[in-house]
Amino acid sequence: MTEHQWLEPTVDSLARLVPHGAMVAVPADYSGIAMELTRALIRAGVRDLHLVAVPVTGLQGEMLIGAGCVKTIETSAVTLGEYGTAVRFLDALKNGRIAIKDATCPAIHAALQAGQKDIPFMPLRGIIGSDLLAKRGDWKVIENPFATGPDPIVLLPALKPDIAIFHAPYADADGNVFIGRRRELVTMAQASRTTLVTVEEVRDDVDLMSSEETAAGALPALYVGAVAVAPRGAWPLNLWDRYPVDEAHIRQYCEMARSPEGFQRYLADVVYPRHAAE
Amino acid sequence: MTQAISRQELLIFTISRLLEGCRHVAVGASSPIPGAGALLCQARARQRMFVTVLGSTRHNFTTNGGVELFDMAAQGRVDAFFLGGGQIDGHANINLVGAGGAYPQTQVRWPGSFGSAYLYYLVPRVILFREEHSRRVMVPQVDFISAPGPRNDGVYRPGGPIGLLTNLCWFAFDRQRLRFRLDSVHPGHSVEEVRDNTGFDFDCPTNVPETPVPDPAILELIRTRIARAIGETYPRFVKQVFPAAA
Repeated sequence: MTEHQWLEPTVDSLARLVPHGAMVAVPADYSGIAMELTRALIRAGVRDLHLVAVPVTGLQGEMLIGAGCVKTIETSAVTLGEYGTAVRFLDALKNGRIAIKDATCPAIHAALQAGQKDIPFMPLRGIIGSDLLAKRGDWKVIENPFATGPDPIVLLPALKPDIAIFHAPYADADGNVFIGRRRELVTMAQASRTTLVTVEEVRDDVDLMSSEETAAGALPALYVGAVAVAPRGAWPLNLWDRYPVDEAHIRQYCEMARSPEGFQRYLADVVYPRHAAE
Repeated sequence: MTQAISRQELLIFTISRLLEGCRHVAVGASSPIPGAGALLCQARARQRMFVTVLGSTRHNFTTNGGVELFDMAAQGRVDAFFLGGGQIDGHANINLVGAGGAYPQTQVRWPGSFGSAYLYYLVPRVILFREEHSRRVMVPQVDFISAPGPRNDGVYRPGGPIGLLTNLCWFAFDRQRLRFRLDSVHPGHSVEEVRDNTGFDFDCPTNVPETPVPDPAILELIRTRIARAIGETYPRFVKQVFPAAA
């Protein structure tokens, strides 16, 4: 196998590239969640993250919050969908252990687009008259300078995360990452200072940039700081349509996470054993 | 032989009626009934009709990531969308964040506002959909405004709610009076029952018609083709409600 400078030997060594206090962007469940890396971050004991959900989060945000890794969460929703309630998130919020910046999905996308261009802000329609705007000190309303009459519009400051994190099917021989049509991953990666990716496999037989068909679905290696191989790395979530959600496991999680003790048992049973095996 | 029409089947049919004439209907997270309603409308439409179901690979026309649906809405390319709420009030304000106590440490906390604070302004035919019709949901005033009802306040707003569909009835929203009007009550329910379970004031004509029910052919379509189509995204829903199609 070719030597790959960009390839970390383990998911745990990849996790150690995330410093305390980092602003970390993560995608919604439909885009590929780096769950093995999430468990590795918990094992590494990372603290004080500013988690930006693009634009919502589920089990990943819930577990990072439950394990005490998060100081601030910026999101349009935290939901485990039909499987249950994100109890560790609710508990941390109610007891003031985390701060929340409630957003709306297109605002997070637009603020990242400002980050992509490295311009200070992005205007966006809607939002005016909501309590989201009232509670967010960092969103401002101006009069549209191009309008002939009154036309108030919201400005969102650019989001420029330190690190974007996601899971994808594969990286090619040069470290380009196959992301298919999940273009929000490109936006996240370009707005962020660097991107850490876990993949099912590295395919040395593939050069994604060699044809229009595959290049259109690639995140170029230029944006990627490091990659680690994590087979079934989205488990217990699905990876696109490659493998399904492990419903039984998520229901078991929801059952255990109802109490702090149960959540600690879950960490001991599911999150820490991998570390011991290394 | 046709069994009795279920609550879900009536809602699916009602939604399909409310969507008639749309070119593109989008359906958000956790919305099997609106999704099935949109697919039913599409199956019966004479014109070409697009349905985007969030979470579906097949019923999805976007290639530019999560932002594209919102961009489409701004461009006027989404004719209808669905929003709900932990609380909904008589001015069509919706709350998807939390109730009681002081924000952010509310007594009850829901997942969050999703795309509501944007799509509610831009999509011309927003259908508010909440199955539970009770005084804890239909409140005089929401505790947190995730997205406000129309206010005629000069804010750019080509979109807004056309009404509110629940397990009991269909309220139309009057954009002039900024109030709901009881338009129809579902079979087996009454105006009194709606009144008893609604915490806000609404307009009510002397005679409120009964919500129309699907004919046997449409019912058959819902139970077969539509149930199978929505099962791609919502297998658990189909297993529960349409076991024969699962």
